[in-house]
Amino acid sequence: MSILVNSQTKVLVQGITGSFGARHTQLSLDYGTQIVAGVTPGKGGQTFDHGVHKVPVFDTVGAAAQQTGATVSVIFVPPPFAADAILEAVDAGLDLIVCITEGIPVNDMVKVKQAMLGKKTRLAGPNCPGVVTPGEGPDSKGGCRIGISPGYIHKKGHIGVVSRSGTLTYEAVWQLTCRGVGQSTCVGIGGDPVNGTSHLDIVKMFNDDPDTHGIIMIGEIGGSAEEEAAEWIQKNCRKPVAGFIAGATAPPGRRMGHAGAIVSGGKGTAAAKIESFKQAGIGIAATPSEMADTLLKMM
Amino acid sequence: MNIHEYQAKQLLAQYGVPVPPGEVCADANAAKEAAAKLFAQGETLVVIKSQIHAGGRGKGTFKSGFQGGVKLCKTADDVFEKAKAMLGNVLVTKQTGAEGRLVSKVLVAGAPHIKKELYCAVLLDRALSRPIVMVSTEGGMDIEQIAADHPEKIIKEAVDPAVGLLPFQGRKLAVALGLTGGLIAAGAKMFSALYKTWWECDASMIEINPLCIIAAPDGKESLLAVDAKMSLDDNALYRHANIQAMRDLAEEAPLETEASKYNLNYITLDGNIACLVNGAGLAMATMDIIQHFGGLPANFLDVGGGATKEQVTAAFRIILSDPHVKGILVNIFGGIMQCDIIATGIVAAVKETKLNLPLVVRLEGNNVQLGKQILRDSGLPIISGDSMADAAQKAVTAVGKR
Repeated sequence: MSILVNSQTKVLVQGITGSFGARHTQLSLDYGTQIVAGVTPGKGGQTFDHGVHKVPVFDTVGAAAQQTGATVSVIFVPPPFAADAILEAVDAGLDLIVCITEGIPVNDMVKVKQAMLGKKTRLAGPNCPGVVTPGEGPDSKGGCRIGISPGYIHKKGHIGVVSRSGTLTYEAVWQLTCRGVGQSTCVGIGGDPVNGTSHLDIVKMFNDDPDTHGIIMIGEIGGSAEEEAAEWIQKNCRKPVAGFIAGATAPPGRRMGHAGAIVSGGKGTAAAKIESFKQAGIGIAATPSEMADTLLKMM
Repeated sequence: MNIHEYQAKQLLAQYGVPVPPGEVCADANAAKEAAAKLFAQGETLVVIKSQIHAGGRGKGTFKSGFQGGVKLCKTADDVFEKAKAMLGNVLVTKQTGAEGRLVSKVLVAGAPHIKKELYCAVLLDRALSRPIVMVSTEGGMDIEQIAADHPEKIIKEAVDPAVGLLPFQGRKLAVALGLTGGLIAAGAKMFSALYKTWWECDASMIEINPLCIIAAPDGKESLLAVDAKMSLDDNALYRHANIQAMRDLAEEAPLETEASKYNLNYITLDGNIACLVNGAGLAMATMDIIQHFGGLPANFLDVGGGATKEQVTAAFRIILSDPHVKGILVNIFGGIMQCDIIATGIVAAVKETKLNLPLVVRLEGNNVQLGKQILRDSGLPIISGDSMADAAQKAVTAVGKR
């Protein structure tokens, strides 16, 4: 088991013919991901060829989903067109959209969030590394890799990882894998101030997933999503959770790379988030090098 | 991106937010003329305000010894004298740091009689994923302090972006501020205009502090945005050429401007251990771990997921331009990037910049053995770190504890 996606999940790629989208589609195909369709308006009827794979390209998400049975979309389209791409995938009735695009205007995402209210589609991201459910093959191949994470750092197992940051996710995953401990699913929720899926949403899914035995939750300064998750964990979570908060040394009022990573008006500090973790009984990694060890000690 | 007060007021005025009449001036003669014009229009008092991005201007001190970056004047000659004292001089406020900011423009504006000071802001509520209009009766004060001490004095109204701020919401806010009679409609109209400015300009924050009730000599009351602070969403600047043109490079740290040319995310800090990292989260965590082991980071630097050799070289050059830097910590998790390519970039950059400071490199990920081999074979005195913790400790040891 896993959450969100598994080795059978059929995935379509919006922006498959761009260089970034194409490169990561190739890596996902090599990993064993069921990439069944691509969408690039105006290039419908072409195929995306990689080794033995011939992925059909469609003009619209609706047609791609209908003809291939894809239930998940991954978005690589440039920022000015990304919000529209998300809503097209929502309109096509997909289960999950993973938006990799970085740099989408905040107001575009405000509109997207409103338009998605009441819809069945879940959005992960934007500005995220994607979702990986590792497989059983060598270098965890045979699983489902959606997005831009390096596949080989994973290992199939029972730890769930959720994070706003890509490279910190890789760090945590690699620490686990190096200790022989595998992952159920690793989810990047993205570094933007308005995103589709929160830490809490993912923690709830991990809590309900019988195959997930422990959780690493990585947060950073800005907003209050980590505090919200911590409060729920304290009351409801049946599994050990370890965490790390990045940005304790960040100066207030500055955007630290991620659009959402900013301490403003005294809100969203690392200290407040770490305190909420402590209150909730979440194991706190004193340094990012100790994320895996902190969790493993609790298990 | 932040803009100046006078630029914010220009945008606000375009959307119908009432602002005091005024002009921005770059020399004392122009300031005098602008003041004379205002007095001729019937203003009895004129304010001259230094235009820098930092707050606390009124209580600031110029390096010349002149007190106050905001002054009230009764005559055009007085405006001339004050403008001479401000323009071309460096103003130090509690927000500028000791180095202060050069004042190259002043805003000369009418200063009508203020009856009451209020507060208003438009910003994103991240938890709601909606914009909110926020008001308080405690104008002119530090709003963060009010929020901490008297949260009940801050009133918020969330906006559905599909329909915008509705008139009744504007009236609710106006009434909550204690406005009565005709000022309720005036307030509602003003909040609607403020929200429209925020939404259509893709602002991340607009703050009107103070928002004032003004009494005319005949006793008639009106509302006026006496001060304005505005910051914009960098991600949306591409669709606002007029706002891009408002960028003032003099207000930005030169190294940060240089870094932005290479698409590097760089922020100067106070320490002496420079960091070069891929990924924003890992870059923040690298700063944190340096501090954890007793060092102080000199910067935040995210070279991104697909950094090129040119970017790595530029990053080294920028880091080394900071005279406080006494050592460098490179922390790369080569997920998609190949460690050997990064190692080649590091070796080239070290040679090109003739680096003579301690350099600790922690590489992990794709082709890591090959990458480490390249560093070893380079013959350069590069210290290798095995984990983030190991690398950070080695960097702190090399530079010496604070």
